[in-house]
Amino acid sequence: MAITGIMRPGFIQIRVLDMPAAVEFYTKRIGLHQVTEGPDGRVYLKSADEFDHHSVVLRRADQAGVDVAAFKCLKDSDLDHYEKRVKEYGIPVDHVKAGEQPGIGRRIGFTAPSGHRIELFAHADQSDPKPRVHNPDVWDLEPHGMEARRFDHSLLYGPDIEKTLDFFEKTLDFRCAERVDMPDGLLAIWLSCGMKAHDIAFVKHPEPGKLHHLAFELENWNAVGHAADIITRYDISVDIGPTRHGITRGQTIYFFDPSGNRCEVFAGGYTFYPDNPTRTWDETQVGKGIFYYERQLNEAFLSVVS
Amino acid sequence: MAPRRFHIILEEHGLASAYEGERALVALERAQGFGQLKNMPRRLPVGCRRGGCGGCRVRVLIGDYRSDRMSRSHISAEDEAEGVVLACCIYPQSDLSLRLETPVAVKAKGERALQPV
Repeated sequence: MAITGIMRPGFIQIRVLDMPAAVEFYTKRIGLHQVTEGPDGRVYLKSADEFDHHSVVLRRADQAGVDVAAFKCLKDSDLDHYEKRVKEYGIPVDHVKAGEQPGIGRRIGFTAPSGHRIELFAHADQSDPKPRVHNPDVWDLEPHGMEARRFDHSLLYGPDIEKTLDFFEKTLDFRCAERVDMPDGLLAIWLSCGMKAHDIAFVKHPEPGKLHHLAFELENWNAVGHAADIITRYDISVDIGPTRHGITRGQTIYFFDPSGNRCEVFAGGYTFYPDNPTRTWDETQVGKGIFYYERQLNEAFLSVVS
Repeated sequence: MAPRRFHIILEEHGLASAYEGERALVALERAQGFGQLKNMPRRLPVGCRRGGCGGCRVRVLIGDYRSDRMSRSHISAEDEAEGVVLACCIYPQSDLSLRLETPVAVKAKGERALQPV
């Protein structure tokens, strides 16, 4: 089956307390490139291995956290299709004009039951640097910093995870790759709209609209080790790792940007096919599911968010 | 020239060495590692260490410091004016005396949400 409709995460817009510190962190340390700065001061970033105009947007604010997680659809008519279905589900939809972010076409937006703003768009201009498409080298511009290859996914914290799951499955055609069921109910879900083990994930949390982390994909386990060296060399606040997730199998490190937003760099993870059953975890093994080597949650996992 | 060295008193728990240009929370984490913080009602609250999560809320009782920006979700302008700050975002400029404060996010859930040592 070809991927149709919502294809993948397109961009994430996060809030930062100190813009110069954030730009330095995401460009020099994570390894992204600054594409442009908008007239309102927002800064647009991408990996050199991504074609689209940008994948990370930084907005200066007095509170850290996430403004919007946006997904890219295959074609423009998908936006009308999903607008109808989201409205039928009972959630209002608004419109963002093309060009509100440079290089991005029209968007539709709505608020998930977890309190997060989700947007869909179908058009993005390409921007440099980007991979070559004729006789391409493995990279055109030499990777730097942690050598992030793409913005990959986000993990968001908020209430009503059951309803969030229902909404993403029934309305947005996501599938649940993995879930954690605790004695008092559903704790967490990992959702896929393509063939990755997750494109977005949610954990139950009393406060709506919170950010647990944004994640960047690296080439392999060696690259995760190199990222760990960078984290120590530049005195980046580390949360946990290098370690591995049982859930999705990704090899990972969690750390914090200069505004206290958690980032992840990871490698690996299995291929998820649309007919794969949901993998489930219970209270006895959830520690292994989250941190496979430590086999228990650290104190920060369920409590530290921005 | 060696950086200036200060002391941070964490009220009821102990004394930490802190160096100029260093985050107060980093000094407290090091002191905890050396076993210098005693009788903690709970583990030293360490989260993002960069002003975003609000875990390391403290009240500065005595002393001078400079500070980075802290998320307004956790430290209001009024808090900041009366010396309630995030330990990860202050840099001692003299000896300091600090008192652990309950994080905003924990207040809603009650003290039992805090992990015992």
